[in-house]
Amino acid sequence: MNKKYECDACGYIYDPEVGDLDAGIQPGTSFVDLPDDWVCPLCGVGKSDFTELSE
Amino acid sequence: MKAVKIKEGIYWVGGIDWNLRNFHGYLTQRGSTYNAYLIIDEKITLIDTVKSYLTGEMLERIRSVIDPSKIDYVISNHVEMDHSGGLPELMKIIPDATVFASPKGEAGLREHYRQDWNFKAMESGTVLNLGKRSLHFILTPMVHWPDNMVAYMPEEKILFSNDAFGQHLATSERFDDEYPLDIIMLEARKYYANIVLPYSRQVEKVLVGIQDIDIEMIANSHGIIWRKHVSDIIKGYQSWASNETRKRALVIYDTMWNSTQVMAHSIQDAFESKGYSTTLLNLQNNHISDIMTEVIDAEYICVGSPTLNGRMLPTMSAFLTYLTGLSPKNRKSIVFGSYGWGPRQIEEMSGILKEGGFDVVAEEKIKFIPTPADLAGLRERISAVI
Repeated sequence: MNKKYECDACGYIYDPEVGDLDAGIQPGTSFVDLPDDWVCPLCGVGKSDFTELSE
Repeated sequence: MKAVKIKEGIYWVGGIDWNLRNFHGYLTQRGSTYNAYLIIDEKITLIDTVKSYLTGEMLERIRSVIDPSKIDYVISNHVEMDHSGGLPELMKIIPDATVFASPKGEAGLREHYRQDWNFKAMESGTVLNLGKRSLHFILTPMVHWPDNMVAYMPEEKILFSNDAFGQHLATSERFDDEYPLDIIMLEARKYYANIVLPYSRQVEKVLVGIQDIDIEMIANSHGIIWRKHVSDIIKGYQSWASNETRKRALVIYDTMWNSTQVMAHSIQDAFESKGYSTTLLNLQNNHISDIMTEVIDAEYICVGSPTLNGRMLPTMSAFLTYLTGLSPKNRKSIVFGSYGWGPRQIEEMSGILKEGGFDVVAEEKIKFIPTPADLAGLRERISAVI
């Protein structure tokens, strides 16, 4: 599951290959495996405000 | 200039911007206010400030109640400079005061003012005791900046909502039972359409989050304070955030030699014959921020432009940039225009709308001057698709 997800509010793209090190998310973590309280590092909205990007 | 008591021991100490007519491209024909609130308790607390040029007015209003140097706590619900602009001058008077903001608020204030004030970042759900009263913070990211938060005071049932539920409206009256409600609602609707609309999903979550809170007063950061019509403005926000539309069509256009204008009239005629409420909006006469107020509940957003240099007119280009940025959902569109030799503007307009999620149901073009037969055909085709 290497799908990228885009934040509906600000356009940030979560890339599983990059992760989110500032929040302790290691590269290789798929979007669905992110903790429920993970928020967009740019604007702060939650996981439910992200949409899967089609390839 | 004096403070206005809004509850026992709580005062409005904001600034009135009577001359403001343009807020980064949003026409504010009625001016605005920046609302700051002073709470007299064991900890003297100020919620938000004003635009920098009204700091003197804010301090004068505070002085009518208390010496500003006695302020212990400053709450910054939102970094944007119309609410934080008074901080640099204020903090010179109270360098030891604590500045409470969301984590992104603290970061944003540091990036704006490059000052190492005594910050304390508040997470959602944090409670700050002021003495007899308390403030409960709720983070509201992207309503309408990442840093936004609101503060609820359960003892007085006041929601300090910052930009949410505000209106650009300069008045000497402070409350919704002292001023014509239709004007307040219209300005609240315009504010929503021009500032809050892109974040409607986040607004819906905030509305769910506050539905169990007993709110007697909404002390916002622009315009009139809500105390009599709290449920009306919350219902308004629910409706606008849901992108609920009614049987209404806007025909928005610009024209060079009148051909696109007569097409606009024919399209309006087709909608009218189908029982739609219609509004014709020439971009030469209507400001894009006023058009957005109309867009908010319209099912159809029809846009027309002739070709100029192989493109749409720049007025239409500006409008479409603004419209798709504000991102209304579940809307249908008809694209139309006259042309001389190559109707490339039609594809250009359609492309922008489709990328913005609009359902373009018809594309109509007429060469040079529409004949009566052209217009009859146009009316018929439009009537058939709506």
